[in-house]
Amino acid sequence: MDHPFAITLDVGTSLINHTGSWRTSRPEYVHRLPPCNHACPAGEDIQGWLAHAEGGNYEAAWRKLTENNPLPAVMGRVCYHPCEGACNRGALDSSVGINSVERFLGDLAIKNGWSFQATAPSSGKKVLVVGAGPSGLSAAYHLARLGHSVTIKEAGPLPGGMMRFGIPKYRLPRDVLDAEVKRITDLGVTIEYNVKIANIGHAMTEGGFDAAFLAVGAHIAKRAYIPAGEAARILDAVQVLRSMEGEDKPLLGRRVVVYGGGNTALDVARTAKRLGAEEAVIVYRRTREKMPAHDFELEEALEEGVMMKWLSTIKNVEAGSITVEKMQLDDKGFPQPTGEFETLQADSVVLALGQDVDLSLLQGVPGLEVKDGVVQVGPNMMTGAPGIFAGGDMVPSERTVTVAVGHGKKAARHIDAWLGGETYQPAPPHEVATADKLNTWYYGEAPKTLRPLLETARRTSTFEEVVKGLDESNALYEARRCLSCGNCFECDNCYGVCPDNAIIKLGPGLGFQINLDYCKGCGICAQECPCGAIGMVPEAI
Amino acid sequence: MTNHTATLPPGEAVQKLKYYQKGTFTVGNRLVTEAERTVQASRDRSNALTCGHRACQGCGEALGARYAIDAAMRATNNNLIAVNATGCLEVFTTPYPETSWQLPWLHSLFGNAAAVATGVAAAMRVKKRSNVRVIAQGGDGGTTDIGFQCLSGMFERNDDVLYICYDNEGYMNTGVQRSSATPPTARTATTPAVGPEPGNVFGTGKSVPKIAVAHNIPYVATATVADLHDLERKVTKAMSIHGARYIQINVPCPLGWGAASHDTIRIARLSVECGIYPIFEAEHGKVTHVRKIRRQVPVTEYLKLQRRFAHLLKGGHEDPRVARLQALCDSNIAEYGLVDAAGEDA
Repeated sequence: MDHPFAITLDVGTSLINHTGSWRTSRPEYVHRLPPCNHACPAGEDIQGWLAHAEGGNYEAAWRKLTENNPLPAVMGRVCYHPCEGACNRGALDSSVGINSVERFLGDLAIKNGWSFQATAPSSGKKVLVVGAGPSGLSAAYHLARLGHSVTIKEAGPLPGGMMRFGIPKYRLPRDVLDAEVKRITDLGVTIEYNVKIANIGHAMTEGGFDAAFLAVGAHIAKRAYIPAGEAARILDAVQVLRSMEGEDKPLLGRRVVVYGGGNTALDVARTAKRLGAEEAVIVYRRTREKMPAHDFELEEALEEGVMMKWLSTIKNVEAGSITVEKMQLDDKGFPQPTGEFETLQADSVVLALGQDVDLSLLQGVPGLEVKDGVVQVGPNMMTGAPGIFAGGDMVPSERTVTVAVGHGKKAARHIDAWLGGETYQPAPPHEVATADKLNTWYYGEAPKTLRPLLETARRTSTFEEVVKGLDESNALYEARRCLSCGNCFECDNCYGVCPDNAIIKLGPGLGFQINLDYCKGCGICAQECPCGAIGMVPEAI
Repeated sequence: MTNHTATLPPGEAVQKLKYYQKGTFTVGNRLVTEAERTVQASRDRSNALTCGHRACQGCGEALGARYAIDAAMRATNNNLIAVNATGCLEVFTTPYPETSWQLPWLHSLFGNAAAVATGVAAAMRVKKRSNVRVIAQGGDGGTTDIGFQCLSGMFERNDDVLYICYDNEGYMNTGVQRSSATPPTARTATTPAVGPEPGNVFGTGKSVPKIAVAHNIPYVATATVADLHDLERKVTKAMSIHGARYIQINVPCPLGWGAASHDTIRIARLSVECGIYPIFEAEHGKVTHVRKIRRQVPVTEYLKLQRRFAHLLKGGHEDPRVARLQALCDSNIAEYGLVDAAGEDA
């Protein structure tokens, strides 16, 4: 013991106190499901790809995105982005412009010629996909990536389904659609055009297919009985929009009436304006609030001079005019006739009352169930007939491109498992990262960037794309508005705020670790985590 | 919501990147350079107050001390000596012979930290090692009450010492007694929530930051553990100046304030956002900068997380003295201009 005067003990360090023994609950790094991902019908990992994009790594972002959805440039134009409706940032200032960033990435991928690669070796299995619409293309893409040999048989002359024959050019330029389809065929998917399958059972046997995915869509226009004079010109929306793709544009006249309240009705009215109609009037039996069309599309249509006739039904169509009856909403919100009539000038009437599915190819397939005009499928997207799966507009669903793409992915995963004699079990979903899990103090104020719109004058005279894209600086800004809900973005808050220095920072991309020898379980890290990526778990005592 | 681009013609639709949205206020940020992140974000931070100390769960003082001393060590290239007053910070870090400190550290008495630090600085000068800088630190008891005479002396002589007061508004180490930094109405062991005026009475106590400003010393600042960027900037600035300097850091005490251990930073943040703890800087007797309130809240938001104020909010009705506390906040807001008339964010 050779100590200086008045010193009796060796110098020690507090590191010998393992204060972790005080703890009654421990912090744990968790992954919670961001609400955008939760809301995405195509099951995209939106937070995941935004995380790459905000670092400026656009190719990685695009690759992450296309793990779930092969059509980002299309999606960035036509998706109704339920993700943005669910975005937690919406409560803070305004939701992240996910759709605009998606489009930016999609367009950049086309510009730079990024291509897909298969992720699995060839399985030797053959899958038939019927229909080259969004659902069929999505299924084909995923199946091809999983190593299967895929042939798409398409009844029409060109790929895209309703993306081509239903969505007008001013919303989806065809070169964008073609580029994204080409990337799927470059992956090895074969598309045969003008092949209408008469009987799916025969087609599978003849082609030696091990499984089939049906995605024929809903292309038959619903009709309504309307008394009409002989010279009355009545068309349907499917016919009008389809003929826009051909040489002969539809003849609609100077005054066009569109009957219906969905997005298709708006598409037809806006198309009519662009074809030179002086008046395009939408007749709808209910009110704006009850209209199934999306409000932003209605706004765009109104800006272009489309007129609305609310609470009206068409009673009679003659050459040059129609008679409408005014309606009134009853207590339950249903329109009831009032007995008041009005005459409108109309050179043509286009019915946009919804579409039915052509089910003729399913004749004679045992076990298959059709209800309400659509094919019934199980949670695995398989019909009552083993090995025959179906998706998109022909199964019960909300009929959007995004839902169809989601069906294609889901079906592909189940088909892949089924082909291997297994059952696909999706991982149990994480808890949703709701707003109450976040500490939004740490996010700076940053309002949303709006996409520029084409001037109205040019919108009513050309089919030029109405909504423009973001440039790189805008897209980067927008990506960086993401709150990263439920997933660590390495902000170092936990590492900084621990009073016990009990968080170990592992380095860029590696995240953090709790040093349980010293963590007292105070919970500050969980409380101050901006994105809700830390949970507190009670210790077993 | 402002719309920056929608009406601009294409090509001019460029929005200046003004923010790194993610993590603007966070400790680190993977999108900015290392130099722009805080000292605490660095794996090379000195951890001046390392693991194994015996502070309570969620201790604001342990956090504040590490924040401040790490920043000062970075600013002085580790040429730093700390002198500590008696108090929690001394007791929980250094039960003889163990210590959590990772720098030369002295403890003498409760009330003489400023004087000892003056002596250390003088010794360094005599030894021609003026590159070695000196910090004195203590709690509010050791600073505003017991050490006040030594502190005032250090100020008026303009000794080259940075004095940091970790203000947890009471004598927490000895069992939560009232100090001259305890706010009105707060319950402590010596101001119980009983009688006609429960808790600490109005019209007592003192503002040592204001007293320090009145000494015309080169630098005075207040800070909290809720705004690390602000705190580190102030400590770094203080270390760039010679002469007497004073920084007072609001460090919530879960035990003494009757708060949940995970709410330490949240309470510190609310103390600023309600206006009860004005954050400012002063140089040579003049206030030069204030930290504006970003999202203003009523004082009850701050009070309701702390049991020391529970008697004010008991039974669902508000005590009229809550209005007096709110008036205190409003007076701070007016005096320091904590809220911009235009309502802009800081």
